Amino acid sequence: MFDGGGDSGYKKLSTVNRRMFIMTAAKLVIFGGIITRLFSLQINENKKYLTLSDKNRLREWRLPPVRGDFEDFFGNKIASNLKVYQLHVVPEQVEDFRYLMIRLRDILDIDSKTFKKILKKRSQQKSWETLIISENLSWDQFAKINFYLHELSGAKPVLSVARNYPYDEKFTHLLGYVAQASEKDLIENEVIKKSHVPGLRVGKIGLEKTYENQLIGSNGIQRYEVNAYGKRINQIDFVEGKKGTNIKLTVDTEIQAQCNELLKDKAGSICVMDIYTGELIAMHSSPSFDPNLFLYGISHDNWNEILNNPKKPLINRSIQGLYPPGSTIKPIVALSALENDVISTKFKVNCTGKTEMYGQTYHCWKDTGHGIVNLRDALKVSCDTFFYEMSRRLGVDRLNLTAKKFGLGEKVFNGTYNEEKEGLIPSTQWKKNALGRGWVLGETLITGIGQGYMQTTPLQLCLMTAQLANGGFKIKPKIIYDKKSDSYEKIKAEMEKNRIDLLSDFQQDDALVDFSLEKKKRDTDLYKPLYRNQENVKFVLEAMFASTNEVRGTSYSSRISDKKYQFAGKTGTSQVKKITEIQRELDLDISQIPYEERDHALFVAFGPYVNPRYALSVFVEHGGAGSSAAAPLAKKLFKTIVDRHEEREKIREKSLMEI
Amino acid sequence: MFKETALSGQTTFFQKLRSLDYILLVCILILGVISSLAMYATDGGELLYHTKSHVLRFIVFFVMMIILSFFNIRFWHATGYLFYIIVLGLLIWASLYGITASGSQRWVDLYFINLQPSELMKIAIIVCFAKFYHRAQINQINNFKNLLVPMMILILPILLVVSQPDLGTSILIALSGIIVLWLAGINLKYFIYSGLFLLISMPFVIAFLKPYQKLRILTFFNPDKDPLGAGYQIIQSKIAIGSGGLTGKGFLKGTQGYLEFLPEKHTDFIFTLFSEEHGFIGSLALLFIYGVIIYRVIDIGKNARSFFGKLFCFGFASSIFVFITVNMSMVLGLLPIVGSPLPIMSYGGSSMLATMIGFSIVMSTKIYQKQLIA
Repeated sequence: MFDGGGDSGYKKLSTVNRRMFIMTAAKLVIFGGIITRLFSLQINENKKYLTLSDKNRLREWRLPPVRGDFEDFFGNKIASNLKVYQLHVVPEQVEDFRYLMIRLRDILDIDSKTFKKILKKRSQQKSWETLIISENLSWDQFAKINFYLHELSGAKPVLSVARNYPYDEKFTHLLGYVAQASEKDLIENEVIKKSHVPGLRVGKIGLEKTYENQLIGSNGIQRYEVNAYGKRINQIDFVEGKKGTNIKLTVDTEIQAQCNELLKDKAGSICVMDIYTGELIAMHSSPSFDPNLFLYGISHDNWNEILNNPKKPLINRSIQGLYPPGSTIKPIVALSALENDVISTKFKVNCTGKTEMYGQTYHCWKDTGHGIVNLRDALKVSCDTFFYEMSRRLGVDRLNLTAKKFGLGEKVFNGTYNEEKEGLIPSTQWKKNALGRGWVLGETLITGIGQGYMQTTPLQLCLMTAQLANGGFKIKPKIIYDKKSDSYEKIKAEMEKNRIDLLSDFQQDDALVDFSLEKKKRDTDLYKPLYRNQENVKFVLEAMFASTNEVRGTSYSSRISDKKYQFAGKTGTSQVKKITEIQRELDLDISQIPYEERDHALFVAFGPYVNPRYALSVFVEHGGAGSSAAAPLAKKLFKTIVDRHEEREKIREKSLMEI
Repeated sequence: MFKETALSGQTTFFQKLRSLDYILLVCILILGVISSLAMYATDGGELLYHTKSHVLRFIVFFVMMIILSFFNIRFWHATGYLFYIIVLGLLIWASLYGITASGSQRWVDLYFINLQPSELMKIAIIVCFAKFYHRAQINQINNFKNLLVPMMILILPILLVVSQPDLGTSILIALSGIIVLWLAGINLKYFIYSGLFLLISMPFVIAFLKPYQKLRILTFFNPDKDPLGAGYQIIQSKIAIGSGGLTGKGFLKGTQGYLEFLPEKHTDFIFTLFSEEHGFIGSLALLFIYGVIIYRVIDIGKNARSFFGKLFCFGFASSIFVFITVNMSMVLGLLPIVGSPLPIMSYGGSSMLATMIGFSIVMSTKIYQKQLIA
């Protein structure tokens, strides 16, 4: 009995057997077809394909892409490409590789370490891959090679391009630098992987890294027919690569260069910003280093020198350096107190040089005290006692809101620099979450003079000053120039409109807005007032003017009386270490204190005082007092900034005409 | 129903061992050796990753195949649908959480192995159909219901595999399924109707193809148009095979392969490399071995008493044949390039696992050839 049973089962079986038979016949025919095809390829046309296989191998050479340039606001190239002479060897085209290498070693005077490196590289590559013997031949070497070229069959002197930073160390931290692509670069960035050729340089840090995909460009491709020995027979195709996008920045080379000059031999940072457009005019961190060193693989000695420098040149202090802001925070503390109606402008405190609170003694920087001071005086002479009392009444949480609103404790260029740090503006909630301990009231006092937990970057202080100086409006800092972005006139009109809107809206009470909400609507807040009552902002700005331009002001000695250049500012001296009573009595001169324990000197300023356009922050690490170490630098810089303003406006008009 | 149980119960292990098909076993072993040597050649004459893992897989799966051969054919019949459903489940899993490689999401991570369920589906579909038609009466086969169900069984996995996207494998699954359907006795006219329908809908299908798939089909018709682009593989493969000549360039002496001219030389183009090194004679020998394997599987099918075993063997023999011819036609420039491995020869665990499972069901049919299934 078959499955399915009976007649039907039999019919089913006969069908399947019959069909299988047909199938088998078909299989034989198809196998026959395949064998015929094999026969025709391997026997009949064997000669043709043998030749093709032996002689006509197609090979592709990818040329390195040409990287896009960086230029400053005025069109000066600050990172570009330089023509360089290189020496290439394709090992499989060389009859006697060892002999050639020895000849080259003698001609180019290659030291034995480099020589071994080249040989090692050779063993890791395929024999038809180009081996780069030298990436940057001097003109002498290039001439010598060409002279002996007939004896050096297989060696090819080539004209290539390499990244070049004409301003050496001046833009290093702002731009970043390029170096040979590492394994990690290839894994992390698909675009780099796609255009990779041996020896490709890619951005390692800064703008060079952030804008890698725009800058990199596309490979040129050369396709050759080559014979069995790899000799190129003829070129069948040449696809020209496309240069990467040029990126124009908002910075001014001349001002940047002066920042470099001013911070020479010091550790510190200077940032300059347009207070309306948010354009970064300069941002320099010192000490710097020459990014060109990294191009051909930095030498051991150079690298050690950078690495072991106690002033740490690798840190971009402007955005990575976190320091207590010291007294430069006082304008914000004063503003916060006024905005929250904690005090009036007539509020007075008697400063005796120190004050007892919560069982501790808090000192003013001036041992003899300032006497009876009001808010304006307190800002002018930077009286700590006044600020202790005021911040005690204000409380750290309200101060936190105002400070964050004005740009502290948040990344200024969110996303533009991977290395940028956030900083820290403390609050009671923060301390509970981060340290697990409750806020101590005494901590409010030292926070009020920019000490304690508070940490800001120099760029944040610059942004803070800019947003105060423009009358208290939110701006968007930028470093990449964009023709289409809002003009100064438009921004000013927008701010004026928002100012009037606020006046007519009595309901609004910005000071009480919840911070989490604040963060969400950040971008829509652009050009919106950060204040509740603009009179408070104006009061603070006027006090800053007094601080620089009136007798007894902390930066009086750095003033410029010429109205064209006149600026207003606030000094800051931030302590690195708690001062002991012994030290206080000794009252040591700065040169007698070890470098690492000296105070940081800070200064924030804006100008010209009438119709201000620029804000800046100066920071000198372990520089001593802000008034003597930081403010004088601002004075020198302001002249240049104001003088360059006209040039800048001319360029702007011209670029607008081009549209 | 179980009157044969007594009979099969009397079959001793020794008898079972004796009734294994040794010609088939030897042929599979020879293929294993040849493929390992070919893999060694593609690794450039060194014992590298591909060779090692290919040899290891072959040994493991070969042993597994022999063990599975002793499972009663009833086991395979009983689990036929379950097998299909599990593989279908894996396919769905792959499309949801699968591992994506070279633009296609076709692997599932089973922690000890990355499995490509679409390869297993090539076998599962045959087992499933064999079970379905085992019960069906001949006069009911062309019923609407009996046409619709197999249709669904076939189309579901094909859609899943196409969406991975993996055009090659889905075509091969479709071909395996269609052949079994035809062998089972479905009227030829339905195939003609569907064929016509496909032809008409072709322009619409092409509109849905990915650009690279369109390009491959276009280049097939004119490979010389773009010698460095999509036609590259066909041209280089033809050069390699053609330059092999009568006796080939010799083991490890092929040039095309080592110069990296051959893409995917471990997998789909393994025959190209083999043919370059061993020439026309070597290729004929390889074809002969495949021929013997197919012949043996058909022969086992002929002697099977159960319709399930018979249909499976016929279907399996036919799909192995299809896989071989599609792969070879492809590398010989007779068909467009679609991903399709050469059974046992190509590098790839899932494909080998599927083929070995197929062989073990064939072996089981042989050992239990007298066995009936209710």
